Amino acid sequence: MRSSSAPALRVAGLRKAYGDVVAVDGLDLTVASGECFGLLGPNGAGKTTTIEICEGLTEPDAGEVEVLGRRWDQDERALRERLGIQLQETQLAEKLTVNETVRLFRSFYARGRDVNEVIDVVQLGEKRQARVGKLSGGQKQRLALACAIVGDPELLFLDEPTTGLDPQSRRQLWDLIVELRASGRSIVLTTHYMDEAERLCDRVAIVDHGHVIALGTPRELIASLGAEHVVEFTVTDAPAGALSADELPALNGVKAAREHDGRWTLEVLELARAVPALLAELSRRGLTLGELATHSATLEDVFVSLTGRQLRDV
Amino acid sequence: MSDVVRDAVRREPMMHDATAVRARWRDSSLVQLTLVRFKEFLREPEAVFWTFAFPVILALGLGIAFRNKPADVLVIGVVRGTLAGDSIAARLASAPGFKVKGMSEDSASRALRTGEVALVAVANGAGGVEYRFDDTRPEGRAARAAADDALQRAAGRRDPVAVSERQVREKGSRYIDFVVPGLLGMNIMGGGIWGLGFAIVEARRRNLLKRLVSTPMRRSHYLASFLLSRFVFLILEVAVLVGSAAIFFDVPVRGTVLQLGVVCLLAALSFGGLGLLIASRARTIEGVSGLMNLTMMPMWVLSGVFFSSANFPQVAQPFIKALPLTATNDALRATMLQGAGWGAVAPQIGVIAAWLAVTFVLALRLFRWR
Repeated sequence: MRSSSAPALRVAGLRKAYGDVVAVDGLDLTVASGECFGLLGPNGAGKTTTIEICEGLTEPDAGEVEVLGRRWDQDERALRERLGIQLQETQLAEKLTVNETVRLFRSFYARGRDVNEVIDVVQLGEKRQARVGKLSGGQKQRLALACAIVGDPELLFLDEPTTGLDPQSRRQLWDLIVELRASGRSIVLTTHYMDEAERLCDRVAIVDHGHVIALGTPRELIASLGAEHVVEFTVTDAPAGALSADELPALNGVKAAREHDGRWTLEVLELARAVPALLAELSRRGLTLGELATHSATLEDVFVSLTGRQLRDV
Repeated sequence: MSDVVRDAVRREPMMHDATAVRARWRDSSLVQLTLVRFKEFLREPEAVFWTFAFPVILALGLGIAFRNKPADVLVIGVVRGTLAGDSIAARLASAPGFKVKGMSEDSASRALRTGEVALVAVANGAGGVEYRFDDTRPEGRAARAAADDALQRAAGRRDPVAVSERQVREKGSRYIDFVVPGLLGMNIMGGGIWGLGFAIVEARRRNLLKRLVSTPMRRSHYLASFLLSRFVFLILEVAVLVGSAAIFFDVPVRGTVLQLGVVCLLAALSFGGLGLLIASRARTIEGVSGLMNLTMMPMWVLSGVFFSSANFPQVAQPFIKALPLTATNDALRATMLQGAGWGAVAPQIGVIAAWLAVTFVLALRLFRWR
């Protein structure tokens, strides 16, 4: 790994439009070697277009891409030997077995890992001779991961690796990705699950409308809210204008307030002071509390605070 | 293949042991891709049926339907119920080679329409006979001549010229002999166009093509795997169809097996190129099916599979002869039935090779990998 000091991925001023729709709009990124980097954003934010440009599968309209210190137009073949790629939606041939599929992908690489070992790593040892068509969603996704790592890549691109999976299968995949990161590989993944990005990624770029709107470690991004907690509440039978988003931050310990469909969200520094203050304020105004819920601030709250929208809404 | 060996050797220069070399060879991408083609095909029972069993069943069916019937069995309807009618029926029945069916006026015209009888004979009242038949049907004209001949002789006509007959039934000039090379050509066309077209578009639709080109796989190996697997299946297809035609119907192969093999191989590559071209851009199975039917339908009709392409007007002949299936069928018939040599099939081989070159160049230029 002679390029261990160079960044695993460097992207500058990336632009890509499909007709009138601008998918990527001036995007910059640097992923350090050995880092697990997440592109977090809602569907349609331009994550897949970005990662496919990085994978050398889509031509950008403008901008520079350097992967492992090399460029696609000069070193495509050499680069492909060093990358592992999992596309968002690949349906592998259903009539082949797990073993045959991994063996096929192994045959494309000059150097790589042992087929049986890789199948064991992704915990498909018992399904070795099973047809791909008979696998569950989680098993198919792990097989796709096996095909991505069988060439022993230095840099792994994973596009929405757990979308559509049940919670148990997601956790299984997370464990695998954590192991891969621990073995020193660089990983770039896209996701629209904030818990996935928080759990797996050293650093996260929050992407919206084709460019990066926030960048940092999950902890830094959450800290940037300036609030540790989030309080959500509703009031019953409230007349219109009974509460306003401008007045609520005046409450003790409340940093910001928003309303969406009758549901209020407060970013809060200290729950112990803010909740009693909120209750007192509501009773002073003669309003009845409907629901009340609190949670520690997450990347989801960062996204909402930056865009005013929920990740899942979009 | 030398490519494969070179790859394998380059990958592991230290291995000289024969089994290790063999293992490396099996692990080369071209061999793995080709094995995948076999496995995918053989694990699809319907595809195996349409490729191997269907042409044989079709040949058997046609062979039985058009088998050489015993000579002169002409079915003739006679309108009975009058004395004259009964006498015509009796005279025809006593002559050899007729099967006479007595029927009413109504049922006679229905039988003529449906082809149950070739000719209807009716007493015309003046002591003569009226023949009713469809003059566009060869059987009708033959029945008219034969029935008239029999009735005139029975009434005492004498022929001024003495004639004698010798019957010759040549193997190679029957309908089954004509149709087997046509079916073979049709099968080679279907294998190339369906075999490549569906598999490639399906892989593109499933994002599998994109996944493959995201690896260091050589694109030429992917395409070559299709041609290699077609080559192996082709040998089986030709052997099964020509073999069963020889066993069941004595259909001859008069030319050399080498020439038959070269024509088949060249045709298979050429239709493979056409399949590749059809599949080069399409993203959906529906889209590619339409294109395949558009390509194959005219050739099924025009290229002399079930009946001679010479039936089409003279002005259309240059166009018809330029079609790859016409060239294939003509070359196969010349090789199998007439035992023609290389010189006789050279024009057809030229047409097939031209299609091969043009379709491949265009397909590789247009091919959408992503």
